[in-house]
Amino acid sequence: MNAMAQMIASATDTEDLAIAMRGVTKIFGDAPAEALALLQSGKSKADVQAETNHVVGLDDVSLDIAKGQIFVVMGLSGSGKSTLIRHVNRLIEPTAGEIVVNGSDVLKMSLDQLRTYRRTQVAMVFQKFGLLPHRSVINNVAYGLEVRGVPKAERLKEAAKWIEIVGLSGYEQSRPRQLSGGQQQRVGLARALALDTEIILMDEAFSALDPLIRSGMQDQLIELQKSLGKTILFITHDFDEALKIGNRIAVLKDGAVQQVGAPEDIVLRPANEHIEEFVREVNKARAIHVRSIMERGEHERCEASVSKDARCEDVLPLFAEHQWVGVLDDTGRQIGRVTAKQIIKALARYTPGIN
Amino acid sequence: MPECAEERVPASRAISEMRDDVFPELIDTKPLRRAIDDGLNWVVRNWGDGFESAAYPLLMLLKAIEDLLIATPWWLIMAILVGIAWLATRSWKLPAIVFASLFFLGIMELWKDAMTTMALMISATITAIVVSIPVGVWMSRSLNVRGIITPVLDLMQTLPSFVYLIPTVMIFGPGKIPALIATIVYAAPPLVRLTDLGLRSVDPAVMEASRAFGTNPRQRLFGVQIPLALPTILAGINQTTMMALAMVVIASMIGAGVLGYQVLQGIGRLEVSRGLFAGLGIVALAIVFDRITQSFGKQLQGRIGLAEAR
Repeated sequence: MNAMAQMIASATDTEDLAIAMRGVTKIFGDAPAEALALLQSGKSKADVQAETNHVVGLDDVSLDIAKGQIFVVMGLSGSGKSTLIRHVNRLIEPTAGEIVVNGSDVLKMSLDQLRTYRRTQVAMVFQKFGLLPHRSVINNVAYGLEVRGVPKAERLKEAAKWIEIVGLSGYEQSRPRQLSGGQQQRVGLARALALDTEIILMDEAFSALDPLIRSGMQDQLIELQKSLGKTILFITHDFDEALKIGNRIAVLKDGAVQQVGAPEDIVLRPANEHIEEFVREVNKARAIHVRSIMERGEHERCEASVSKDARCEDVLPLFAEHQWVGVLDDTGRQIGRVTAKQIIKALARYTPGIN
Repeated sequence: MPECAEERVPASRAISEMRDDVFPELIDTKPLRRAIDDGLNWVVRNWGDGFESAAYPLLMLLKAIEDLLIATPWWLIMAILVGIAWLATRSWKLPAIVFASLFFLGIMELWKDAMTTMALMISATITAIVVSIPVGVWMSRSLNVRGIITPVLDLMQTLPSFVYLIPTVMIFGPGKIPALIATIVYAAPPLVRLTDLGLRSVDPAVMEASRAFGTNPRQRLFGVQIPLALPTILAGINQTTMMALAMVVIASMIGAGVLGYQVLQGIGRLEVSRGLFAGLGIVALAIVFDRITQSFGKQLQGRIGLAEAR
């Protein structure tokens, strides 16, 4: 029902979206038609698997991803998130549904058109890096451009530029195996960025990295997205990561979308028990922006204030000295204020019916 | 075939005379055998010349390599092989082994035979590479093709070589061509298998990444699969050279000359020393080529990054 409503609401403006998925269903197996019929008749993923021995990868997934967003798809392993991202550049063919990227229907493309589309419109970063071990770092970064047919001098210049941006200067001639995991993923990121595509797909790109390096890479990604304005579809199993980098988050379970919304929506109003479980584990003080819980409007100017991008954890120390903390917009105008009470209420454990 | 009908034993009688330890003669195989023999004779009579001219390029290749190896002075060949050994390992050990092996061949008066043997082996290997790698690539792309070619390879490797030596000698006459063909038939299968294996075992994550960047199959084959499978393919070439050397005694029986002929003569004249030294000569050649190709394989693996960094 939810999917249907979304479909009607946004069918008109697919043109403005970077990626639009409509009722995408994927069933793995030799004879998916039968399993698809069962699934559409309302059987669950487990029932379909028991009856037909076919695995449901995605179940009627509809997503709208606007241009310039970091859109995070979050789910546990086996939830179908890696399957989902591979539909966008059609590394996996859906059993049913429609995928429109920048206004063109990906599923109607011929093999030749599909290759051109992959060369020019979507770049991808992989969990296992997927670097070519027999090529140097600079030739790995230039790989996408080489496939596209860019002349050698030009692609090496472009590659050198991106290597510098991701902070790997000096490693141009190294082989991937000589680099650490974090450095290798920077190569993977530079390789995708060098293509200068509007859309970047990141499949658990930071999951193989250790926490400190991961945090650094997340910051770098947010910075890059701000300066380049790309649309990034980011897959992760880590809710904290999703909250940190996502403009919008979709939660996936058993191949079906459970909830789509801004990070605060999901933390403050989890749609079901499954999502609530995630929310319980998460550091809410980091997840929730002050602006989403503040008292809006004109108030007398507070002594202490924070920017509108501040999160709850940033304001907590200020309450030691002050009753109210002001929230300022980019120009420095105060757009609202919060008290410690409001913050505590937002951070308190979610209980249905109280919020 | 009237005389054939007389010889045929009626099936009922065959069964009544059947003893416990004899397999029952359910059909008469004589016509089948005769058809094969007659068929081969017909092929030799009508297509013999065609086959011979088809195999002519092979003979030219073998001749060219042989002439070149024999015309080159011994010290130059020694220097080249020792040099290659040094390039492959960058240490003194392998060049010393190569030098000792070649020195042995020279001092035992086996140099010329060794060069002829090398020529046979090299031309068989080159032909095997030209044929096997494309077949291996084809196999790696289709399960059906694999299903058909694998039993053919099994057959090529297990069928005793004399079985196909008889028809090849009948078609081409005794000499170098049947020897070369028999060597190729025996030596090509491991290269086909290892090419197929190498291409299929390229890391799927790397292949997927390559696909995601919009590569076509040709770009993936030459840009990703073959470079990454090269160490395995090189192991196949190593196997091919070794199996080609293993065939030289048999090849010499049908007139290929070479070191194997000395072994045969040794047997014929009960001259143990002649057979022994020629046999050791084959071993010496095997050592030289085995170690050199293996070292190149290791070097390549290190460069590609499949082996751990030292």
